Amino acid sequence: MRVTIRLFARLRDLAGSGELVRDVPHPATVQTVWRTLVTEMPALGEYERTMSVAVNADYSRMTASVNEGDEVAFLPPVSGG
Amino acid sequence: MSVPLVAVTSQVLDLQRLVDELAKTGSGDGAITPFVGLVRDHNQGRRVEYLEYEAYDTLAVRALNRIVDEARQAWPDTRVAVHHRTGRLEIGEASIIIAAASPHRAHAFAACRYTIERVKQIVPIWKHEHFAGGDVWLEGATADPEDEVARETAYRIACA
Repeated sequence: MRVTIRLFARLRDLAGSGELVRDVPHPATVQTVWRTLVTEMPALGEYERTMSVAVNADYSRMTASVNEGDEVAFLPPVSGG
Repeated sequence: MSVPLVAVTSQVLDLQRLVDELAKTGSGDGAITPFVGLVRDHNQGRRVEYLEYEAYDTLAVRALNRIVDEARQAWPDTRVAVHHRTGRLEIGEASIIIAAASPHRAHAFAACRYTIERVKQIVPIWKHEHFAGGDVWLEGATADPEDEVARETAYRIACA
């Protein structure tokens, strides 16, 4: 199934793009999407322990299930304000 | 035209419009406390030239709304408005404006402080610092709105 991946800040720079579309096996979790991404781009792996994740623009968890057409975002530690 | 109480925008921020919006809708209020976050010219020993702010807009607005709701639960008579800017900002420009209105000044000050502390914890916005000789993405807190320890920390700072 197909998902849209959103990346921000330094994760976006490392990947060279802020939006990617990828096919992942079904059923999938956020973790499945992340593994797909890191297999393709190992440099992103350094964020595994510090990033946050979101599904369809709501904060989520690595164990959350992902469905066809979902937008899955990986977020480095934030620095707004 | 009414001003939204929560916004993420590339437009120049206007504190007075935010204060006016709160003032015109709260005849029981005795105080409005403003906060303005500015781009400063130095950070961790570096001479900052400008900042670029990037946001996950949809989630950032949701996170700001969550914070405004949290503040209302903590200080039920208090209303908070907050606008965050994105894009390139020069030294001295406002990156965030917050205003808190309440019948009591102590609650307004506390809600205002709580809001900026929570913004730094859970709103998906990032600073890309351009300094003399290079650039760096600043990374602070791992955003987790369900982290009660972080929320308690913000509350304690707000009430100090």
